Amino acid sequence: MIRYTFYFIITALIALACFIAYERHYHTQIPFVPGESKSVWLIEAKVEFYPEKKTPILVSLNIPDKTPGYKLFFEQSSSAGYGFSLVHDETQKRAQWSIREASSKQTLFYKIQIAQEQSDSTSDDFGYLPKQPHIIWTKAEELAKQDLLQKALARSSNDETLTRELIKLFSSVSMQESSSLLLSNKTRVDVINAILNEAGVKSRVAMGLLLEDARRNQSLTPMIEIYHQNKWMLFDAKTARQNIEKDFFLWHRGGSLIEIVGGSNATVSFSMVEQNMPALELAMAHYDDSVFGLFSIHSLPIEEQSIFKMLLLLPMGALITVLMRLLIGIRTSGTFMPVLIAMAFLQTTLIPGLITFIMIVAVGLMIRSYLSHLNLLLVSRIATTIIIVIFIIVTASIVGHNLGFNTGMTVAVFPIIILAWTIERMSILWEEDGAKEVLIQGFGSLFVATIAYLVMQSTLVGHLSFNFPELNLIVLALMMLMGRYTGYRLFELYRFREFGDN
Amino acid sequence: MSFLASFKTLKSLGILGMNARNVNYISKYNDRKLYPLVDDKLKTKLLAQRAGINTPKLFFTLSRQHDVAELQERLRGLDAFVLKPSRGSGGKGILVVKSREKDEFIKSNGESVSIEVLMRHVTNILAGLYSLSGTPDVAICEDLIVADSLLKSYSYEGVPDIRIIVFRGYPVMAMLRLATKLSDGKANLHQGAVGVGINLKNAKASHAVMEQSKVIVHPDTKNRLSEIEIANWRELLELACKCYEMTHLGYLGADIVIDQNRGPMLLELNARPGLSIQVANATGLIPRLQEIEKIKEIDPNPTNRIDFVLKQNWF
Repeated sequence: MIRYTFYFIITALIALACFIAYERHYHTQIPFVPGESKSVWLIEAKVEFYPEKKTPILVSLNIPDKTPGYKLFFEQSSSAGYGFSLVHDETQKRAQWSIREASSKQTLFYKIQIAQEQSDSTSDDFGYLPKQPHIIWTKAEELAKQDLLQKALARSSNDETLTRELIKLFSSVSMQESSSLLLSNKTRVDVINAILNEAGVKSRVAMGLLLEDARRNQSLTPMIEIYHQNKWMLFDAKTARQNIEKDFFLWHRGGSLIEIVGGSNATVSFSMVEQNMPALELAMAHYDDSVFGLFSIHSLPIEEQSIFKMLLLLPMGALITVLMRLLIGIRTSGTFMPVLIAMAFLQTTLIPGLITFIMIVAVGLMIRSYLSHLNLLLVSRIATTIIIVIFIIVTASIVGHNLGFNTGMTVAVFPIIILAWTIERMSILWEEDGAKEVLIQGFGSLFVATIAYLVMQSTLVGHLSFNFPELNLIVLALMMLMGRYTGYRLFELYRFREFGDN
Repeated sequence: MSFLASFKTLKSLGILGMNARNVNYISKYNDRKLYPLVDDKLKTKLLAQRAGINTPKLFFTLSRQHDVAELQERLRGLDAFVLKPSRGSGGKGILVVKSREKDEFIKSNGESVSIEVLMRHVTNILAGLYSLSGTPDVAICEDLIVADSLLKSYSYEGVPDIRIIVFRGYPVMAMLRLATKLSDGKANLHQGAVGVGINLKNAKASHAVMEQSKVIVHPDTKNRLSEIEIANWRELLELACKCYEMTHLGYLGADIVIDQNRGPMLLELNARPGLSIQVANATGLIPRLQEIEKIKEIDPNPTNRIDFVLKQNWF
């Protein structure tokens, strides 16, 4: 029974870890593999205008608020001398620049970075329907309108198909007469929008950018958006193409793009470029709005983060030690001493770390062998060893620094107390069991430390343990599992080699 | 001899590995709260005395640093004695004085040392140098065992001891440990002592190893190991079995010495006995342990338990 509970706990731990990790990945889009990159768009809106003399100027630009299919994670304005603020109201978000006076042609920039999102959650809510512009139609136009609508209605079954058919009719040769009449002094989008509204379809005009890499001087393209089946749907007003979110970035809906007080001839042009950005950095930039953002290590101050970065590697190091001891059977001096040494190696890197470690322990052992003649009490002897270790480290640092090795300073990261105990234990081991045992355990420890180091410094392990701390539950489960391993250790095959002949 | 045994061979021979010993036997049959009884030799000794089990005579104990100054006074009149830590492990910190010469003490290896050396040794013991986790310890001074002359002739220095594995009160395997020059007079196999497997039924040597390899003669005394036969074997087995009632440890190793004058005596108990006994006997422990595990009710009488074991076809 206990056995089943045990395996149930193990399975539960692994399942829980996988579940949380997947959820975290899904919601925050932190990648599972380090170095993965995603494409982001950098869009720049350039506002140019001529100011009137000696008048205060207020420029107001309609900017993206809700952006279906995209996530806005960076915005910035650059405009020397201007006051800048973002103004929200119910229907739109505007960037406002203000200045007391200006002369000659002015240029203002507004930059955003956007990244494609998997979910289309933002387009779900109804939002608002802008007040429809009042259009006066002539008698002929009214007839043409009715003609088109009747045809479209006949060919469609719901709002979605109606919209599609209507847009298509505007392009068809057979209806050219009606459509060219309507489009003679009005824009295509406005007309289609008006017809749809009259037909009772909730529709609005959306202004957006067609995303194409390295384009300059682009202007916004109008699109038709209808509300159907509790969802806003975008239609290309020329081709009736749907699901165009992939290369269409919605800039604003309703309202004017630019408003200016104290200036004239304002123009807005857009340029855009596609960039590659590390997926992790991207995820970091917008982790804030999910549960995982709140319960992420990234929400801690940077200083604490770096501590946790080290701490979260420890389970992996401990796992290596457990593996080496229980499965392989390597003898180490002190159970988890190798992990702590490996942690120190993480900062000194391997070869300098190994050299310093062996040097400190060797010098320490020499001095300690003298101490054993002094007949000191254990506690004071350990304390003495600690101080000796500190002196060795200080000396090594100074010598290393003067010789131009930058590793000098990092020597100080070695766990001093652990080193002192290692020296003490090895010295006793030497006296009682001889140098052979010291070498076996010493090299055993260094071997385990090296393997643990190699695993812990791998970018994948570092990335996963830090960004998906829950994966350490799997490490925990594995460790528990190994705690029940009753098979032979690899070294026991050698130990009991005499039985091999039977 | 092949360089490595295969997993399969070891399994089919029923060799007990370290992991299986820890999980299936030690943690299952040895209640952790009972460990102090055997980890602390002083406690074991007092417990054994109460249970009527023979142990080497206790002269005195030293538990405080300022007692060390009295050492010379306390040793007055004692010519042969052993100084050892109460909670030492693996035979660490045991100092044997076999005789005195004026102010000098002659150690078992012939080296003569002054009282200062003994005092320093006691100081180290008290400070916890030899205890398992470096915790302060108590020094024990007890009578030196005069090894049985027959067994003594096989060993190089030191006192031969007999390790008997007792599982749930039933003896399952035994081995005689003989010190060698290599082991520096110590009877630990991993330090280079000779391990001689002893047949539980007839008390005769069955197999012998040193440094994991089979040996025919003792490397130093050159005596043929196969000729060994332990006297008063039944008495030894009973002594070992009684340790189960004494400690209630289900899986234990009893270390027994045979004194020339006083007969079999319990030297110490071990709650985590090593696995080398299998190599010394050229036999795996698992089949025997499993046979004992089948027993539902443990016979309260040690004699019956021994009879049960001797009826098995293990030998």
